[in-house]
Amino acid sequence: MAGKTLYDKLWDSHLVQQRNDGSALIYIDLQLLHEVTSPQAFEGLRLHNRKPWRLTSSLATPDHNVPTTVEERKSGVNGIADPVSKIQVTTLDDNCDEFGITEFKMTDARQGIVHVVGPEQGATLPGMTVVCGDSHTSTHGAFGALAHGIGTSEVEHVLATQCLVQKKMRNMLVRVDGELAPYVTAKDVVLAIIGEIGTAGGTGYAIEFGGSAIQSLSMEGRMTVCNMAIEAGARVGLIAVDDTTINYVKDRPYAPKAEHWDMAVESWKDLVSDSDAEFDEVVVLKAEDIKPQVTWGTSPEMVIAIDQPIPRPEDQDDQTKREGYARAWKYMGLEGKSTLADITLDRVFIGSCTNSRIEDLRAAAEVVKGRKVADTLKQAIVVPGSGLVKAQAEQEGLDKIFTAAGLEWREPGCSMCLAMNADKLGHGEHCASTSNRNFEGRQGFGGRTHLVSPAMAAAAAIAGHFVDVNELVKH
Amino acid sequence: MRPFTTHTGIAAPLDLANVDTDMIIPKQFLKSIKRTGFGKNLFDELRYEDEGQPDQECTGRPLRKDFVLNQDRYQGTSVLLARNNFGCGSSREHAPWALDDFGIRSVIAPSFADIFYNNCFKNGLLPIVLKEEEVDQLFKEVEANEGYELTVDLANQKVKTPSGMEFEFEVDAFRKHCLLNGLDDIGLTLQESDSIKAYEEKRMKQAPWLFEARSL
Repeated sequence: MAGKTLYDKLWDSHLVQQRNDGSALIYIDLQLLHEVTSPQAFEGLRLHNRKPWRLTSSLATPDHNVPTTVEERKSGVNGIADPVSKIQVTTLDDNCDEFGITEFKMTDARQGIVHVVGPEQGATLPGMTVVCGDSHTSTHGAFGALAHGIGTSEVEHVLATQCLVQKKMRNMLVRVDGELAPYVTAKDVVLAIIGEIGTAGGTGYAIEFGGSAIQSLSMEGRMTVCNMAIEAGARVGLIAVDDTTINYVKDRPYAPKAEHWDMAVESWKDLVSDSDAEFDEVVVLKAEDIKPQVTWGTSPEMVIAIDQPIPRPEDQDDQTKREGYARAWKYMGLEGKSTLADITLDRVFIGSCTNSRIEDLRAAAEVVKGRKVADTLKQAIVVPGSGLVKAQAEQEGLDKIFTAAGLEWREPGCSMCLAMNADKLGHGEHCASTSNRNFEGRQGFGGRTHLVSPAMAAAAAIAGHFVDVNELVKH
Repeated sequence: MRPFTTHTGIAAPLDLANVDTDMIIPKQFLKSIKRTGFGKNLFDELRYEDEGQPDQECTGRPLRKDFVLNQDRYQGTSVLLARNNFGCGSSREHAPWALDDFGIRSVIAPSFADIFYNNCFKNGLLPIVLKEEEVDQLFKEVEANEGYELTVDLANQKVKTPSGMEFEFEVDAFRKHCLLNGLDDIGLTLQESDSIKAYEEKRMKQAPWLFEARSL
């Protein structure tokens, strides 16, 4: 019999009940909650007079529509200018208070984007099952945890039962072998993978990312890769546990301590796919082939290397693709443009659950240090992923580097990634963004998003258009 | 939950691949703390010329005439024909809530994104996967015939056309059972409380750190 994949192992260790009809009851160790996808779930509990099954399994923080300007943040929830956003954040506070769920409120230094906060606190641990009403929950798979996004009905289901009804996914291995070139980051790797397999390539699969290029990534880089598994259609992204994982988790506030730590580490060592495990699908990329990536269209799969020409609709053989490209060209206003450098940028956004951790901010700061953002830019903002990331960055003087270069330094939250707060693009504006989705209207009505790494966003801010960061730093 | 057994209704063709949930219901409408009222903002950016705001009255807003659901012949649509990878992106359940509130009971496509597909079943909405060529044929027929209606029969797992053609589809037994009977699956899971408790007891011995109280 073939060995087990990491996904198989995580599934087996959380199986409460296998039913005859093919569905299964899976136990959930950690649920992260935020203000947008939880109010209706709490309301459901109240309607049915139900209580959370186990309070210690939940952690909440508002992130999606909190403001990020220093002024608006001074007085916590009361400072939120948008009354509708304010109600939603207040509702989360009230629900957590009523049901007794731990919440890092807006004024708490630990508040931030759920997918930054969970790992930062050691709430996310290897071998866990982690869910959240947010598709980017795949982020936590970087720890060898089975983590995926769920809808609000399932948020309620997990609160009430600690379980989810699931069907087992298929196994896919995406291997990236070799060594990455300078300034080619985790973001470029995952964008290249999405370019290769497409936005639906991972549908129905749990993707394990492996190979020497993945193993050489830091935990933060691994989180960036797993974060965007959903952009390849896979709810679950996974990376095997190794010393990098264990060293990252050690001594975090919620991490196990003393004898429990030793016991945990011993069990986590098994969180790798067996050498004879069989995958339903294997995709291999060579690290050396990957260059800094930039999306040109309205789907993450519409991505090219910085030195490639923008693909034209009329050159596509497949009719659906041709139509999709034509629609994207029109939306993105690409007529008359042939390369990425031809696009004049209006805004730059460095942040989001994909790229707002300390290493992301360091990478961006390194590029802008001693330089000035282009005059043609309307705005460039840096939004740290959590209050603790912000504090760390300030301790390292990164905030000063950013502001000296002409970028705005903000308070933590999801911000311009989905523009639920005041940070958004105007109609027709182009943005170099370190976020994860370039869908139509995602960053604002009529806004045009280009996904890039933090270093590439920083370089674009300086140049006013896309440029290979390697070229920029030479001068 | 409202049961789904058999439904007959006007079909409309949304001829666009990779329709994401941001498109189905844009972010500004996610600020609501309710499950209802999203129908008027379904496909907001495809449907209206202007930028929609939460709590806005939509009756006077300028419509995009080329958008399928704005056309006279598709008024009252309850079966949506769609293309590959429908519902990709964000996990927002507001997407099926918006479809349901608009009056859509079933979406037929060659493929769906996983989270969206799953969310539909929790809301009495039936997503149906048919073969690409079958969906193509339905697109052709609906475009050629005004007032074209489809019948969706969940018990027999069939989509029936006005000319009497039938297309079979697959659906998980558990999901089918819940949808046919309008069952609340939280209630069903709670019937298995003993199994959950037994699992916790066993797991607590293997991995006690997972059950430690989170002290702040």
